[in-house]
Amino acid sequence: MRRPLTRRTFLTAGLATAAGASGLGAAIYSADRYGLIPPDHSGVVGIGETLTYATQRLLTSRHSLAREFTRRDISKVAPVNGPHPRDEKYVSLLADGFRDWRLSIEGLVSRSLTLSLDELKRLPQESHVLLHACEEGWSYIAEWTGVRLASVLALAGIRPEARYVVFEPFANPNQSGSVVRVLWDSIDMADALHAQTLLAYGMNGETLPPDHGAPVRLRLGRHLGYKNTKYLSRIIVTERRDYYRKSRGTWYGGI
Amino acid sequence: MSDEPKASRHSVLVRLTHWTVVLSVLGLLVTGIGILISHPRLYWGETGSIGTESLVDLPIPFTIGPSVWNRPFHFLFAWILVLTGLVYVAGGFLTPHVRNDLLPARTDLRVNHIKRVLLEHVRWRQHDVHVARSYNVVQRLAYLSVVFVLFPSIVWTGLAMSFGMTSVFPTLATALGGHQSARTLHVVCVVLLLLFAIVHVVMLGREGFWSNVRAMITGHAPYGGRAR
Repeated sequence: MRRPLTRRTFLTAGLATAAGASGLGAAIYSADRYGLIPPDHSGVVGIGETLTYATQRLLTSRHSLAREFTRRDISKVAPVNGPHPRDEKYVSLLADGFRDWRLSIEGLVSRSLTLSLDELKRLPQESHVLLHACEEGWSYIAEWTGVRLASVLALAGIRPEARYVVFEPFANPNQSGSVVRVLWDSIDMADALHAQTLLAYGMNGETLPPDHGAPVRLRLGRHLGYKNTKYLSRIIVTERRDYYRKSRGTWYGGI
Repeated sequence: MSDEPKASRHSVLVRLTHWTVVLSVLGLLVTGIGILISHPRLYWGETGSIGTESLVDLPIPFTIGPSVWNRPFHFLFAWILVLTGLVYVAGGFLTPHVRNDLLPARTDLRVNHIKRVLLEHVRWRQHDVHVARSYNVVQRLAYLSVVFVLFPSIVWTGLAMSFGMTSVFPTLATALGGHQSARTLHVVCVVLLLLFAIVHVVMLGREGFWSNVRAMITGHAPYGGRAR
């Protein structure tokens, strides 16, 4: 019972395909304009990543807050995936209380900044008790103290074309000591300016322990553990989507 | 064309969504196990890690790594499952499928009747395949609870582990007892789904596994046999 291919069905099918394709194109164009396409949107996995990121960005806006807990909820155990770097540079910085450590803020900013740990601590300080969960499945609650990333970015002045903020830790040699791997990562402006995004230098009322990323780590309220870059040394504001990640796993860690 | 009496058993909607769900569930199962073996312990409450008390210790070693590349595929399959599920439920209500095939008749909802049908199932009683052309009350209740309770629970417990989602809907996690409770319940729901799938496949064998599979692919059941 096959219908013959008439000119009408051919034209209808052609028009429908063209309309569908241009509709999809328009959807992708406007999704990109409204910042709903993640940097890792390519490939088969990118389809899921784009759907997740776009849906969550439409739902969460810039302002939805991660659940906050009380000090009584703080976990007794706070595991880490791997201890702090053992290389000469880190050990000497640590021994000196990170006096020679500097954090630079550069890229699409009005003025580049270089801040010492003391200068960072003089900026408005706040604390948040948050759940920290690893993508592997384990979790703990801790209190994080630091300065809002938004405050530091405001000091530097973000240029309007900025789309992402890149975080670079200092060299983090692996256990064998031979391979230097610098795992840098990035977040979008919605997360960069978010009220729970901290440059944290304190944990549970004390100085941030080396294993948890001393002297300063990124602490995001709405992401999984792996997005919270440790041992920060450089923050780069950029509009480049290709300059986003040299690490494993997916870029968006909100799910 | 053969002279076989062919009865239309399953609509295109049911057939397409059934197999898409089968494939996405298989994908979710493989990638989900990949994530679970990275930390094969289950907890209750908000927190849990090595060094804290656990609810269940699965007898497999901790394997570092697989969660990283299994997660993106897990969410890809999850999207396929959720979108297919939405199409199925919407289509099921727009067509007579839910009303005719899934909702049990009120007169069938008596406890004694349900018990009798259940006993027939357990005793493996062969039915006259020409008699029963539609689902019995036990099948209907089983399918309804899988579609409207089990799958939504799996999605809910999954979303409850998402920091983005709980920032908008904190109740997703708090109503379940916390982040780790949601993770544990996610695994419990999957185990229930697997039990259903095992019973489902075993029951297919009662009247011929392949004729039922064929009915779910072509839509036609030869000899008027019923599918499940």
